[in-house]
Amino acid sequence: MTQAPALEVRNLTTTFAGGRLTAVNDVSFTVLPGEVLGLVGESGSGKSVTLRSIMRLLPASGAVSGHVRWQGRDILTMSDADLRGVRGGQISMIFQEPMTALNPVLPVFTQIEENLKAHTDLDRAARAARARDLMDLVGIPDAARRLKEYPHQFSGGMRQRVMIAIALAGNPTLLLADEPTTALDVTIQDQILKLILDLRDELSMSVVLVTHDLGVVAATCDRIAVMYAGRIVETGTVRDVFAQPAHAYTRGLLGSVPHAGTERSMLLSIEGTPPPLDRIPAGCAFNPRCDFATGPCRARVPVLEDLAPGRSVACFNRTAVTAAGSPV
Amino acid sequence: MTGEVLITAENVGKRFPLRQGVLHRLSGQPAPAVHALNGVSLEIRRGETLGIVGESGCGKSTLARCLVRLHDCDAGRIVFEGQDIALLQGKVRRAFNRRVQMIFQDPYSSLNPRMKVRGILGEALGVHKMRPAAGIPGRIEELLALVRLNPDAADRYPHEFSGGQRQRIGIARALAVEPEVLVADELVSALDVSVQAQVVNLLLDLQERLHLTVVFVAHDLRLVRHISHRVAVMYLGKVVEIGPTEALFSAPRHPYTRALLDAAPELDPARRSRKVAARGELPSPINLPQGCLFHTRCPHAFDRCRTERPELSPRGTGHLAACHLADFGKPETRT
Ligand SMILES: Nc1ncnc2c1ncn2[C@@H]1O[C@H](COP(=O)(O)OP(=O)(O)OP(=O)(O)O)[C@@H](O)[C@H]1O
Ligand SMILES: Nc1ncnc2c1ncn2[C@@H]1O[C@H](COP(=O)(O)OP(=O)(O)OP(=O)(O)O)[C@@H](O)[C@H]1O
Ligand code: SF4
Ligand code: SF4
Ligand SMILES: [Mg+2]
Ligand SMILES: [Mg+2]
Repeated sequence: MTQAPALEVRNLTTTFAGGRLTAVNDVSFTVLPGEVLGLVGESGSGKSVTLRSIMRLLPASGAVSGHVRWQGRDILTMSDADLRGVRGGQISMIFQEPMTALNPVLPVFTQIEENLKAHTDLDRAARAARARDLMDLVGIPDAARRLKEYPHQFSGGMRQRVMIAIALAGNPTLLLADEPTTALDVTIQDQILKLILDLRDELSMSVVLVTHDLGVVAATCDRIAVMYAGRIVETGTVRDVFAQPAHAYTRGLLGSVPHAGTERSMLLSIEGTPPPLDRIPAGCAFNPRCDFATGPCRARVPVLEDLAPGRSVACFNRTAVTAAGSPV
Repeated sequence: MTGEVLITAENVGKRFPLRQGVLHRLSGQPAPAVHALNGVSLEIRRGETLGIVGESGCGKSTLARCLVRLHDCDAGRIVFEGQDIALLQGKVRRAFNRRVQMIFQDPYSSLNPRMKVRGILGEALGVHKMRPAAGIPGRIEELLALVRLNPDAADRYPHEFSGGQRQRIGIARALAVEPEVLVADELVSALDVSVQAQVVNLLLDLQERLHLTVVFVAHDLRLVRHISHRVAVMYLGKVVEIGPTEALFSAPRHPYTRALLDAAPELDPARRSRKVAARGELPSPINLPQGCLFHTRCPHAFDRCRTERPELSPRGTGHLAACHLADFGKPETRT
């Protein structure tokens, strides 16, 4: 793995409430060109804040430190003008709820055109043609007519496609997708995920896909990073992590999902719930819920250690966890 | 699972009329309506878990509400122990309301925020006079133990609990009246995966101990497969396939079931497919397609599908599908 990463996030830390609440804690990861990285974790684990921190899209109450290296520059320290050039251009973001990101009072064409104006030097006629191409690309039939319509005239799945069309307008090489299919039915989810994979192939984009669904990760991602209470606790290829989880939380998550062949048996559940930000336990944040916890887990925070290139875990008892085997 | 039939839905229909303009009313055309249920037929057997799946808007919740008589159906009927539930009155009706309980999707909105858990459970016990006043505190403690909450939970308010715990309070409230049937609508959909597993385990355990009959409505195929003895697949307000879980998941006999299963991401990274499972989207339930409701999206549709609506017909032991292609998905003939 000697390829230079497209995106490199180092020691990203995001706090709220004047530093009292740490939502993202010393997060580091890389995304290779053309790679789909799945960022998973339960509600509140810090997935969305991580993506928003990378794009500097946090409210003023959020303070970000660390480095986000993109094409030799640090997004966190670049000027606002440079940032505007990158955001929505080389790096695009799509959100879970498209209605909050789309402007309800502008026709879809105007919203795509805004992005084309900002990030390309196409003239008016070329922009109109490009907008139609983008609608075709994301699988919206009857593009000429639909471009004149407003977001509310589209179904949930079609709105998500519109979002992707807008995101693609600036020819991104990195797509940050925050739960792009969580609100959709499985058949539509399947269409959107496969569309993202096709676009990755055609445009050689990198993708960071945030999801809480391990099935989505298994079906679409190359690598996975598991978050718990603001930290990345395990990373690796999807194949390796599913076959041999080394962090007790990853193992518990995999066991919580029902899978074929175990019908009507007890699931390997994790007791308790993820902690709120103002009550993150000392030591390993997972220790009160962990079947493998020992003394050190309550005293110190385990650091993310490399097991192999691209494979890392932050768990004192990873040997015991690995020996317990994968539940899937 | 060979329990006797406890509840039967016979050709159940439910429409929600839309407000119509004057011109439309003068035009003499039929009043526009959402056709939420379009002839649902199925049986629920004592002691089983029947899973109901289908995409958003296919009528799962509407059916669940009809089963507990929160909605009256406007066609067909629902029969409980031989009696049409629409005709139940007085004592029998109250007994039905107690014996068949619904647990709601959203534990936040279905629990009174100003009542402590003790009050919430006490109220349920009081309405159906389940216990003499002296027995109520003891029963509340039992109920909390049953759903694995500490006894001190009784003196807290709903907002002091996590989502999974609140869902358990909802279950305890339903169990307070010692029901025989639980209708659970998206019981765990809003919960984190690790917490979902806790509630699913609890439900499996309670069913065993209390011999409950469960109708488990959800859009998560993995969960429904895990928990159900039999599964019904709905599309646009109709059951298109119903059968034993294993048979239905291993050899679906309706093209829509096949598409749903193919679209659901598998947990095994080695079994990926890049083929899109189903094209198109759900048609509007206001203007239903003629013929087979699925024909606008079905890759196997042929002329007859556009004119004639297929009814459920047998495919194997206890397995029915509504498709003109009687051999679709037949294990021996699959290529
Ligand atoms: N503007 C904010 N002010 C204070 N706290 C915040 C803010 N935004 C997010 N948080 C907190 O940061 C934590 C991480 O939130 P985040 O939205 O990243 O979670 P997530 O992993 O995306 O969860 P979900 O799966 O529910 O979307 C949460 O505890 C959240 O309450
Ligand atoms: N009270 C109501 N008034 C008008 N229309 C309704 C009402 N309840 C449901 N509908 C409509 O009936 C159809 C079926 O809705 P229903 O809630 O039963 O679907 P569902 O399968 O439970 O969907 P979901 O998976 O989103 O919960 C939908 O088109 C819905 O908009
Ligand atoms: S470090 Fe300890 S508490 Fe944390 S996951 Fe590993 S074994 Fe469990
Ligand atoms: S009846 Fe026709 S359209 Fe309907 S599912 Fe069968 S083949 Fe497809
Ligand atoms: Mg989020
Ligand atoms: Mg519903």
